[in-house]
Amino acid sequence: MSDPATVVSGDERVKTTSPLRKALLRPELGAIFGTVVVFAMFALLASNSGMFSAAGILNWSTVSAQFAIIAVGACLLMIAGEFDLSIGSMIGFAGMSIALLAVTFGWPMWAAILVTFAICLAIGALNGFIVVKTGLPSFIVTLALLFILRGFTIFVPQTLERKTIIGGIREAADGDWLASLFGGKVLTPLFSWMGDNGWIEVYDRGVNAGKPIVDGVPALIVWALVLVVFAHVLLTRTRFGNWIFASGGDARAASYVGVPVNRVKILMFVFTAFCATVLATCQVMEFGSAGADRGVLKEFEAIISVVIGGALLTGGYGSIIGAGLGALIFGVVQQGLFFAGVESSLFRVFLGLILLLAVVLNTYIRRLITGER
Amino acid sequence: MAKPVIEMKDIEKHFGQIIALAGVSLEVVPGECHCLLGDNGAGKSTFIKTMSGVHKPTKGEILLDGAPLSFDTPRDAIDAGIATVYQDLAMIPLMSISRNFFMGNEPLVGRGPIKFFNHELANEVTMAEMRKMGISLRGPDQAVGTLSGGERQTVAIARAVYFGARVLILDEPTSALGVRQTSNVLATIDKVRKKGVAVVFITHNVRHAMAVGDRFTVLNRGKTLGTAPKGEITSEELQDMMAGGQELATLEGSLSGTV
Repeated sequence: MSDPATVVSGDERVKTTSPLRKALLRPELGAIFGTVVVFAMFALLASNSGMFSAAGILNWSTVSAQFAIIAVGACLLMIAGEFDLSIGSMIGFAGMSIALLAVTFGWPMWAAILVTFAICLAIGALNGFIVVKTGLPSFIVTLALLFILRGFTIFVPQTLERKTIIGGIREAADGDWLASLFGGKVLTPLFSWMGDNGWIEVYDRGVNAGKPIVDGVPALIVWALVLVVFAHVLLTRTRFGNWIFASGGDARAASYVGVPVNRVKILMFVFTAFCATVLATCQVMEFGSAGADRGVLKEFEAIISVVIGGALLTGGYGSIIGAGLGALIFGVVQQGLFFAGVESSLFRVFLGLILLLAVVLNTYIRRLITGER
Repeated sequence: MAKPVIEMKDIEKHFGQIIALAGVSLEVVPGECHCLLGDNGAGKSTFIKTMSGVHKPTKGEILLDGAPLSFDTPRDAIDAGIATVYQDLAMIPLMSISRNFFMGNEPLVGRGPIKFFNHELANEVTMAEMRKMGISLRGPDQAVGTLSGGERQTVAIARAVYFGARVLILDEPTSALGVRQTSNVLATIDKVRKKGVAVVFITHNVRHAMAVGDRFTVLNRGKTLGTAPKGEITSEELQDMMAGGQELATLEGSLSGTV
């Protein structure tokens, strides 16, 4: 046995890395790169279209925030090694539940929201419980829930109200303390002050003359930011975050060292359901109605954002910051093509291309970091 | 001889109609490396999984420091000081070395109900423990996937010892390794044994067993064929017992001692 000290002094087989390379080699590198490219592209293509005016920024950041809210849940769940295809149906279901409870049954809005959250979190837990207990792929289990939830979302309002769009939410939510957490706007004084100083556009005629066109930050965007920060801290800075990585990286290895893998996975399904319900509640407050077709295909938008953000589909690897940037890219491209006057059907072509590029780039980056071959 | 840390007495394990273990006994004393030898299907894996709390024995007794006990989960065994390093399940390659090292035992920092993973401490400890084992890391955030198989085994062993393992079970730690990596792992076993840890080394490679073993127990078709201390048994005898005697002896003639 050689003296340990001489072994430590340097291993000729380990290449030294520069600090720059180390700082750049992050799971979200691909998403950072993509964000820069997308913004540069639209700065050239759509700079005169108002895309970067206050109203334009509000437009694409709202869309991005919608993607981000569900992407955060999907990201943690994917890192924990599971999928949820019922996110979209859950959005429709949650919105309809709030509308039926508050409008049809006349409950106070706060009670309708709280009960809806309780139901949806329970369904999330059920998703997780079935996956964990049966050992079936979450892809199949949540696909079943996708149909079951969507079916109920259409059936119940049709039976009760003979329609699939329930309106009158705004009236029911008026002055409700909990509803304002989802439908309100923050920083309104700041925006009127900026309008008064002429820094942002104001209406120049009508009843709103002198008021800023963008009069505050919608609660939706605040929720997105809060969820991104919360999930990022949870994932990178806490014990539970380590368990999320471990559960998705290798569930058996993790449970052999005492990580409660099943609990982690079920909780992540619950968190995903929570994120979907937050988005549903914000949407219902914004539109003033709930529709049975809300949230269709949202699960794929969430998963696309997460994958653009550098997460590995099979779990154990990923970044919330990346998922947030993935959602931003998604929102900016979708709205930016509209601002740039590009035929809207081409959006899907762009999306597919971005997805493919991001995955190729992310795979390459991941191999550099993890030494996968 | 010192008192055994752990004694397994007449352990039986049945899976439905299959009798995987039909009475296996083993005892390990601190500071010894006890080799458990057996061919594929002899019941080695079932036995160590019983020892580490993954399976409950159908019959038989487990004594820790002379007191009987039963494990419901692997966590119970870990808490009792029995750590197991599995051949291919030791580490999660996508995660960093320090995250792997503290997996399930994350150090926390912070006041009140909100506690954070103490990355600084974790990184420091990981680097120090790896240095002791003779592995130089680029950094504690290096992914385990960048390590070689032998280094991964060493990280897993260092982790078990750091967290106070008194009994260390190694499940075929050398079977997938090259010559040099194998000798590194065997050297690690020697270091750990000298610290007073009781090591159970599972292998079907007699040469690896002979290199570090103090006592040898051979398992065949779910039963122990007996235990012999070092110097009282030759590698040929071990080899014969593992194979169940007959066939290999005739085979050995034609292969002229290469098996």
